[in-house]
Amino acid sequence: MGKVLVFTEQANGKLKRSSMELLQAAAKSGNTVVAVSFGSHAGDVTTAIGNNGANEVHVVKDAGLDAYNPESYAANLVGIINKVQPSIILASASSTGKDLFPRVAARLNTGVASDCVQLTISGDNVTAVKPMYSGKAFATVNFENSPIKIVLMRANQLPVEAADTSKTATVTEHAAATVDLKTLIKEIVKGTSEKLDLTEANVIVSGGRGLKEAANFKILNDLADVLGATVGASRAVVDAGWVGHGMQVGQTGKTVAPSLYIAVGISGAIQHLAGMSGSKVIVAINNDANAPIFQKATYGIVGDALEIVPKLTEEFKKALHH
Amino acid sequence: MKIFVCIKQVPDTETKIKISPDQTGIDTAGIKWVMNPYDEYAVEEAIKLRDANAGSQVWVLSVGPKARVVESLRTALAMGSDEAIVINGEGLDNFATAKALAEVIKAEGGAKVIFTGKLAIDDNASSVSQMMAEFLNVPHTTVVSKFAFTPENVTVERDIEGGAKEVVQMMTPAVVAANKGLNMPRYASLPGIMKAKKKTIKEIEFASLNIPATDIKVKYSGMTLPAEKPAVKMLSGDSSAQASELVKLLRDEAKVL
Repeated sequence: MGKVLVFTEQANGKLKRSSMELLQAAAKSGNTVVAVSFGSHAGDVTTAIGNNGANEVHVVKDAGLDAYNPESYAANLVGIINKVQPSIILASASSTGKDLFPRVAARLNTGVASDCVQLTISGDNVTAVKPMYSGKAFATVNFENSPIKIVLMRANQLPVEAADTSKTATVTEHAAATVDLKTLIKEIVKGTSEKLDLTEANVIVSGGRGLKEAANFKILNDLADVLGATVGASRAVVDAGWVGHGMQVGQTGKTVAPSLYIAVGISGAIQHLAGMSGSKVIVAINNDANAPIFQKATYGIVGDALEIVPKLTEEFKKALHH
Repeated sequence: MKIFVCIKQVPDTETKIKISPDQTGIDTAGIKWVMNPYDEYAVEEAIKLRDANAGSQVWVLSVGPKARVVESLRTALAMGSDEAIVINGEGLDNFATAKALAEVIKAEGGAKVIFTGKLAIDDNASSVSQMMAEFLNVPHTTVVSKFAFTPENVTVERDIEGGAKEVVQMMTPAVVAANKGLNMPRYASLPGIMKAKKKTIKEIEFASLNIPATDIKVKYSGMTLPAEKPAVKMLSGDSSAQASELVKLLRDEAKVL
């Protein structure tokens, strides 16, 4: 058995669910689990990291690592990897993970499998399954010539069980590596939404042209508020300028995999269907009974979105608050 | 100054995917190949940067089977790129591709800015630009929706989770991976298309780059189509009945509430 290194992330001082998924999967593999945590709040999550199955956690408590910088993160991470000598590295396919690990892989002369949805660890070996063509197909990624196998997992793909508070990890602190930075993070502009990103969301309410005008996205926001959902959109309404491109679901937008996807007034172009096909349960609401979206849907409602959505919001309110 | 753009040719987004018999790829018969949609933003931004800086040139570069990839390079030339290079190679992964791109950019004297798309819509890996930046030992920023240039540095906006953005300043040379929203890519004009047809595209054999076979790090196998969904259950009644029925089904049958 070897070592599995898990790169952890936190949000507002709490360990992210995606990191718990990785730690628990690593612990189940029977390997020694070594976690890494960066930033001035790195120490805040070491207990949670241990409770979720890590044997050791390496922290670099440096304010210079509070904001993600590819150069400082790569240098600090590669330093720890060289000390730990893991055979497998797991990280989330988050905006940080996807940006950082190809650079780390190049530095370590090794391979990376990104945006994976299935993970099989057997001893020192790992295989992963990833969507291709934004979900129109799936492929198994096999590592070759890779001394360390790096897998970036999409959020919400692995089970999370209750943390075991009797488990603890030993904590090792490291001084920050000195890096001659060519990249400077000048500013972080907060998003308008406090909700989970589409790629992490468990429930998504998505709108298309059937909403008739931009102002009608309000009824989707109301529904999303009741469900704790993130709001998405079709390419048509993004191109029309109703909402920002960060909300676009599809082959030239985000590929999503929530438990519940509610498509409102979206006819279902092949590119949109590709981006949302990983959703477990799909509800389609459209006034055209022949819309392609119904071929992918679990439940379908033919009708006027502007009439049905407010009624749905009321029904969900009743159902969820009793 | 020299500006490089790395592009990839991919199946059009309308393509219905069929798996090849050996399950390592897709059946390419009848596929319409296009420039990766995110790379169009990269080409557009490179041309705008060139036009704003007298004496600059846009070089467009692609790795793949020469016979078809030249078509996407001609599209980039027709949009207004100045020079094009194809690295003829097949069966390469992201690591080997990134190395090949970096080697050729170095051999051509380097670049002030190198643009790519944030990912290619075929393997959705978003890793070539970062790996290439590492092999060139220059900074990179991915998922970029705003770009500004001075000779010493570039300032970009990077889209991150939840609609948040980072403002990032990099010393040049730098790699910038474009996201949707960066610009509106221009259509190739008819004179542009005519001119592009006459241009010579420089050809380099991947084999001539002395990149070892051990630089291929990942291979795909067992490619499958997504499982068929069971038939949709259509709800009936008026909107109130449909709404309450749906909530009941989501709670009791699908168990997602």
